[in-house]
Amino acid sequence: MAHLDALIETDIRAYLIAHEHNSLLRCITCGSVDDGTSTLIGRLLDDSKMSLEDQMEDLERDSRKSGTQGEDIDFALLVDGLAAEREQGITIDVAYRFFSTEKRKFIVADTPGHEQYTRNMATGASTADVAVLLIDARQGILTQTRRHAFIVSSLGIHRLVLAINKMDLVDYSEARYKEIVSEFESLAKHLPGEIDIQAIPLSALKGDNIAGLSDQTPWYKGPSLIEYLETVSVGDKRIKAPFRMPVQWVNRPNLDFRGFSGKIASGEIRPLDRVKILPGGKETQIERIVSYDGDLQSAEPGQSVTLTLKDEIDCSRGDVIVAAASPSEVADQFQAHILWMSDKRLLPSRRYLMKVGAKMVTATVYKPKHRIDVNTLEKRPAKTLELNEIGVCTLTLDQDIPFDPYQSVKDMGSFILIDRMTNDTVAMGLIDFALRRSGNIHWQALDISRDMLAEQKDQRPAVLWFTGLSGSGKSTIANAVQKRLFSLDRHTYVLDGDNVRHGLNRDLGFTDEHRVENIRRVANVANLMADAGLIALVSFISPFRSERNMARSLMKEGEYIEIYVDTPLNVAEERDVKGLYKKARSGEIKNFTGISSPYEPPKTPEIRINTVDTSPEEAAETIIKWMVDKGFLDL
Amino acid sequence: MTDITHLDRLEAESMHIMREVAAECDHPVMLYSVGKDSAVMLHLALKAFYPSKPPFPLMHVDTTWKFQEMISFRDMMVKKLGLELIVHKNEEGIREGVGPFSHGSALHTDIMKTQALKQALDKYKFGAAFGGARRDEEKSRAKERIFSFRSAEHRWDPKNQRPELWELYNTRIRAGESIRVFPLSNWTELDIWQYIRREKVDIVPLYFAAERPVVERDGTLIMVDDDRMPLQQGEQPMMKSVRFRTLGCYPLTGAVESTANTLEGIIQEMLLTTSSERQGRVIDHDQSASMEKKKQEGYF
Repeated sequence: MAHLDALIETDIRAYLIAHEHNSLLRCITCGSVDDGTSTLIGRLLDDSKMSLEDQMEDLERDSRKSGTQGEDIDFALLVDGLAAEREQGITIDVAYRFFSTEKRKFIVADTPGHEQYTRNMATGASTADVAVLLIDARQGILTQTRRHAFIVSSLGIHRLVLAINKMDLVDYSEARYKEIVSEFESLAKHLPGEIDIQAIPLSALKGDNIAGLSDQTPWYKGPSLIEYLETVSVGDKRIKAPFRMPVQWVNRPNLDFRGFSGKIASGEIRPLDRVKILPGGKETQIERIVSYDGDLQSAEPGQSVTLTLKDEIDCSRGDVIVAAASPSEVADQFQAHILWMSDKRLLPSRRYLMKVGAKMVTATVYKPKHRIDVNTLEKRPAKTLELNEIGVCTLTLDQDIPFDPYQSVKDMGSFILIDRMTNDTVAMGLIDFALRRSGNIHWQALDISRDMLAEQKDQRPAVLWFTGLSGSGKSTIANAVQKRLFSLDRHTYVLDGDNVRHGLNRDLGFTDEHRVENIRRVANVANLMADAGLIALVSFISPFRSERNMARSLMKEGEYIEIYVDTPLNVAEERDVKGLYKKARSGEIKNFTGISSPYEPPKTPEIRINTVDTSPEEAAETIIKWMVDKGFLDL
Repeated sequence: MTDITHLDRLEAESMHIMREVAAECDHPVMLYSVGKDSAVMLHLALKAFYPSKPPFPLMHVDTTWKFQEMISFRDMMVKKLGLELIVHKNEEGIREGVGPFSHGSALHTDIMKTQALKQALDKYKFGAAFGGARRDEEKSRAKERIFSFRSAEHRWDPKNQRPELWELYNTRIRAGESIRVFPLSNWTELDIWQYIRREKVDIVPLYFAAERPVVERDGTLIMVDDDRMPLQQGEQPMMKSVRFRTLGCYPLTGAVESTANTLEGIIQEMLLTTSSERQGRVIDHDQSASMEKKKQEGYF
């Protein structure tokens, strides 16, 4: 450990020079009171000799007074800072702890594990490089384990230590350890982000496998927890991403100097690099990287710098300086994951302040598409979001902002929502993607507008979106509608689920994630077709309401026409045109909608077709009539 | 990321925090206590805004019992850097002759430091005040946010802190409220010393060992800095080679015997001793939770 380092006594200068070059690792520990998170951190501090003697005396005194370990020192008391927490033996808030070894300095966020503290955990996770997830070896994987793993994965932490604690209480059983690891690995497949897992058997109380390998677990070959934390690599993703720097402060000491100060969010920068200022989109070159210690030849993510530009162009706080060759997207409407952090629940359609990078805008948050049950990871319908709930929402801003999806560049895709009346931070958000790219600067401006394209075809563009179970008759009806439209000289195209899966979406399977992506792609294609002036007929099962809503929000108002081909499951199964139901029932096909994967019927489709007592031709007639009534067709 | 050291990351974080305050808050001020943490904070401010000067004044709450060398160092630094300095003293306390010897350490600290600070913040209507506190100093500080909100009465409510996510700080306040901002939250004592060494930051000479006149009281070495210190029966100032690990009012600050007169020597001593830093400060020694209580009442 650092403080036992012999160099301190013999050659302090050499010691300091070595330590000056240490890197920094931020981690978060998650687990509930009973898993022993605080004990683990207390142990880390102690094993790295960071608990100084007078604090230890306090601790011994407090252990006798309110400890839970009898005569032994209760390490949890070392980290539970607030008086209320020490008395109740719980950790209420996020506490930050510091220790260092010969290789690294560590900042550990210690957060409570109960569901009512999900927001605290997300707070700690937002700045962490690595997560240490504690599991009580006696209890194994619990609901909370799933919740913790989901939160750290959603927040883009790619490295996770599965710390299987209290091994002393299961007689250091290798079988038990393996059982828990394999259970967790199957759980991890359902997590939203990519995650690299390192399992370690521990006893925080006894110190096994913390600093060195324990004799109690000869079957475990390492690394120890500290060894892992000292050597795990992090942060290389940010440096490879294109350059981004939100402008925090315009540096104007006199008329001859105009610099732009900020912290680099991603990518490297050098003088002469070509950059764009977003959202404006003007292009220029970097002139100098100015610092107190002299000009720099290059700068990288995480550095706070001041840049000057070759040309006198408009640039102010909240703008983002980006690599000209691969700029951020600019948009004013997004889909985002939101974690609600306030006692007062989300009020859909209310306007909140949104801080993103160095910019403050006004955002309207719409009713969640769904919320995610953090315990089961299932999607649930939601009208609002309560404290500690995570949901997927559409946000519309009062102006364009530059952004990158959270999973690409954290600091360009993260935001907070602030209540305009109370000034409280009420939510954290992660941008998934833009829904509308108005004023997007890499959107090539075209002289021929979508209106002109539609006019040329003498028609009103539309997207007829057929949704329903497999075998419900979607494609048959879409085919009949297209024939009618063709005979009316309308320009149409049918996007059929089966056909598109042979080409554009051949890389996608039938998991929930892939179903979502499947719909995202086809919705975008349909939108382009409508832009081109066509009437697009989309025949896709599209089982999830949220993706259909996504498709709807992508289109121009009123252009998306949802047609629910309502065929009861037993009828569709009886028809079984393609023989798929039979295979699904026998288990040959997994994730089959209606059998082993849910179908969420539309609540308010524009058109509902009951196929039990309607022929495809009659259904087509109903749809054509609806289009005439709504002004899409002139007969 | 291999080139970015932990000091680089801490430095960049502190600079980012200061720039956010400068850009978003009304009337910021930097509380400058003349100690080593303030020295680092000031150095970071010079870096954050270079080539501009920091866009806020410094303020020193002078209890009138600070070491004389602190005052001369303070004035020298301000002059050298060409910065604005506000010195605030509790005039009412001075009129009533409040001091640590006559009124005891707790009352003196409350009137001349805590009350004086509140007076100054009210008088100048500062919306945000930088302080040099670190989370590794004390348990309740480990849970305080970087942006810590104070009611119009300067009270801190530990159960109602705003979550701090990523580096997105919510700096919005209502009229009368203010923010204490701690840009050194994530620094440790060792980081501070390493940074002082790397950056050649000027610090008060009191941190280095020298022959100084001291008396021993209740096991603590107190420096006789001026003639206001009443000597007890049989007490005779002795010249000893001492230095200070922390600086404040001289009657309340214990010296340690030492011959370390270089930065390396100081750091070496710190790493080899096992007594944590604030022990030299008399005020928070009574009970573990006392800092939490003081902060709720408006102590910085």
